[in-house]
This record gives sequence, structure tokens and C-alpha cells, in this order.
Amino acid sequence: MSVQPLSPADLALAASLVLLLGMLSWKLQLGLGRQLAIASIRTTVQLLLIGQVLRLLFAHAHPAYVLAISLVMLLAAGREVVARQHRRIGGLSGWLIGTGSMFLSSFTITVLALLVIINNQPWYAPQYAIPLLGMLLGNTMSGVALGMERMTETVWQQRTIIEQRLLLGQTANEAVLEIRRQAIRAAMMPIINSMATTGLVSLPGMMTGQILGGSSPMEAVNYQILIMFLICAGTGFGATTAILGVERRLFDTRHRLRLDVLHTAGDSTGH
Amino acid sequence: MPPLEIRNLCFRNRGPYSFRIEGGECVGLHGASGAGKSQLLRAIADLDPRTGSLRLGDLDADAVAAPLWRRAVGLLPAESGWWFDLVGDHFVDFGAVDDQNLAAAGFDRSVRDWQISRLSTGEKQRLAIVRLLHNQPQCLLLDEPTASLDQQAVARIETLLLTYGATHQAPLLWVSHDPAQLDRVCRRRLFMESTGHLVATGGFSDERSTAVAR
Repeated sequence: MSVQPLSPADLALAASLVLLLGMLSWKLQLGLGRQLAIASIRTTVQLLLIGQVLRLLFAHAHPAYVLAISLVMLLAAGREVVARQHRRIGGLSGWLIGTGSMFLSSFTITVLALLVIINNQPWYAPQYAIPLLGMLLGNTMSGVALGMERMTETVWQQRTIIEQRLLLGQTANEAVLEIRRQAIRAAMMPIINSMATTGLVSLPGMMTGQILGGSSPMEAVNYQILIMFLICAGTGFGATTAILGVERRLFDTRHRLRLDVLHTAGDSTGH
Repeated sequence: MPPLEIRNLCFRNRGPYSFRIEGGECVGLHGASGAGKSQLLRAIADLDPRTGSLRLGDLDADAVAAPLWRRAVGLLPAESGWWFDLVGDHFVDFGAVDDQNLAAAGFDRSVRDWQISRLSTGEKQRLAIVRLLHNQPQCLLLDEPTASLDQQAVARIETLLLTYGATHQAPLLWVSHDPAQLDRVCRRRLFMESTGHLVATGGFSDERSTAVAR
């Protein structure tokens, strides 16, 4: 059994549902029309492009190409993490914290999974490497963005309390202990929740895709379990690294809270 | 009996400030709101980036870890911060809190289990002072310590703080907008002009004339 092909007309039919939603948004003055249109167009264009790229890549499976695509994905994820921050750490280091922690967690775990667990020949075969990295990066990105946002926002709101704790002689580490813990928990919650309901409420996209593609359900399930564990580890390690990175920038060596490193989104001039 | 020595202290666009407060001496600091009095206290506590030397007796701010320096200089901010649910959780060891200090601030040991959310502004302020003194600072930087208190409490807190300064021979820097209070608690005063410039207004009689002139 192979996949039932979809014609452009089929996709247009699905798009008309989104169009209908757009009309509802206009009627109810939700103000979502513009965002909905942009997101729909981005989905279509980006997926068509990656389809072409993957087609080329599969035909010429060279490690350099795989690495190049991986880096493009990483840079895009890094940009997205910065864009999702309301109060962002200024300069290169703000970008580096998010991107670096995603690189550390997603790339390491993907390589580990490819080399040790899946053990395909060659290990960098793009059919495995790119989708795996994509799923890991996507989820890690959400966790990293969520955790960093929570950390900077809470520190900003609780600056009086943090400085009071510093004044009483606590170290920077002690003064943000609870906030750091909350930020890491916030970053981990979505993946923990989704692990708890998967199979019961939701069928994950990858597993659905494999079954549609003709794999046996048990094979698909095994892969899905693997992916869930990888995503959970990737998100946890990535978000923790990023949040510790944010903490390091928010305090200097004299244990001072340095809110001057934060810039509000839209304030492109910096300082 | 450690004196507090500030030499060429600069922060942001302020300074340099140089002055010295002897152990057991209380110096008043006054000036218009926004002149930068709180900023000066923060800089002495090393809470803002600064240059210049800060010494408390043998203790050099730059030679020790910042948390240790802050515990030694004891800054009481104008607005106190509380982060746990219960009062007692904010003390390293509530059991060891000095009963006399608690009583002088108008509390007894039962305050340990009070909810922070139900404290009045004045109660928070008085408890912040008990918490600060429990840290055994060698110097006190007081940012309007009695601003939210009623007359009776003001007198008690003034006595509590001055007694602490006298018994520990600690230098005190006392910010207040109330000239009468500064007359009561200190001999020597510093006046901060709106430019941030610090002027010594000398002894007791000089202050009296300054107070009358306004």
C-alpha cells in the first residue's frame, strides 16, 4: 500500500476551510485575518520549498548538504526564539544563548539517536536525519523560547524582591532559585503533558504519517516512543541550558541584578 | 568599631563621593526627592555598578564577595521585599531572633506564623528592620526607615536603631525627609543637592539654622 496522492485541488479545498475561518474572524472582529493569511501562506511556501530541498537532498545524500540544511534549520529556530521574547537580552549573546542551547541539545541527541539507536547506513542518511532533527528542533525551540521568556519576565516583575534578597546577603543563585525552577518547569510542561495524553487523546503527526505511508502500527508506535523520549530529553536539557545562560547574563560577578541587559521587543536601537 | 569610608565613589553619572562615618556615629542624609539619595545607598551596598573604594573597618568591598559585603553594610530599602507566605520563613533562623528587637518593633514571637499578604505597610517596614538587624550588620544604611509608621512607632524604631548603632559601634547613614527626625537622631548631616552634589551641613547648630531657613 502506498499513500493516496493529493492534488492541488484537494489542498485548495482544505485551504477554503481556513478562508471560512478568516471570514468568521472578520465578522466577529477578531483581528486574526492578517495573521491567519500570513501563517497559511508561510506554511504553504515553506513546506513546498522544503519538499523540493529534500527531493534534491535525497537524490544527492552528501554529509555536507545534510549539515548545511541542519544549520539553516538551527539558525531559523534561533531567530524564532529571539522573536518570541518580549524582553530580550541585547546583543549577540541573547541570540547565542537560545541558539547555542538548541544546538547543544538537539544536535547531540539527533546524532546520538542516528549513530547508536537507529543505526542506519549511512548514519547521516537525510531520510532519517532531517525529519528527526526537525522534530527535535521544533519542540526544543518551543521549550527554550517559553523558558527564557518566563525567566526574563518573572525576574523583571520581581526585581524588588530579588534585590531585597541580594541586600540581605543572598547570592544571585539563591535569589533566583524559585524563579529559575518555575521557568524550567514551564518549559517542560507542554512535552510532559503531551507525553501523558499521547495515544489516548492525540495521535502524534509522525506516527500518523508513518501509518498513512504503509508502516505497520507497531513499527510506527516504536518510532513514536523513541521520538517522545528524544524530544523530552532535548527540551529539558535545551531549556535548562538556556535558562542558566539567561541567569548568567542577568547577574554580574558582583551578584548585581543587571536589568540593563534586557531590551523590550521593538526597541531595536538597543542602548 | 569600624568606620565606614567612602572614597571617590562614582556610579552612573554621579560622584565622586568621599566621606567617612565613624563607628557609632549617625549621619543624616537629606535632599529633594529624586536627588539620588537612594542611589547613593545602593552604590554603597554595591548593588549598582560603581567605581571607587568602599571600606568598613578592615573590610574592603572589592576584596570580599559581594553577598558578604552586603550583609556587613545592612541596607534597609524604602520598600521592603517579601517572597515567602509566612513571616518566619524570611529569617535564616527565626528561633534565634532577638526578643528585645521584636518587642521594640512591636511584635512577639507569634509573628513567625503571620501571613505576609495580611501585613500592613507599617508592619512590613518594622519587620524588615527586625530582619535586617537579625543579620548582625556592622553598619546601617537606612532609607527613610520610619516613612510609613505612626508617631508612637517612629519613636520606638528610632530608639531601636540608635541603640543598635551604639551597642555595636556601627556607623549609621540615615536618610529622612523630616528635619525634626534628623535633629533627634544625628549630629552631622549631609545634604544632597538636586545635581547630586553632596554638601556637609556640619554640626547641630548649623542644621537648626538650615531647618529654620526652609
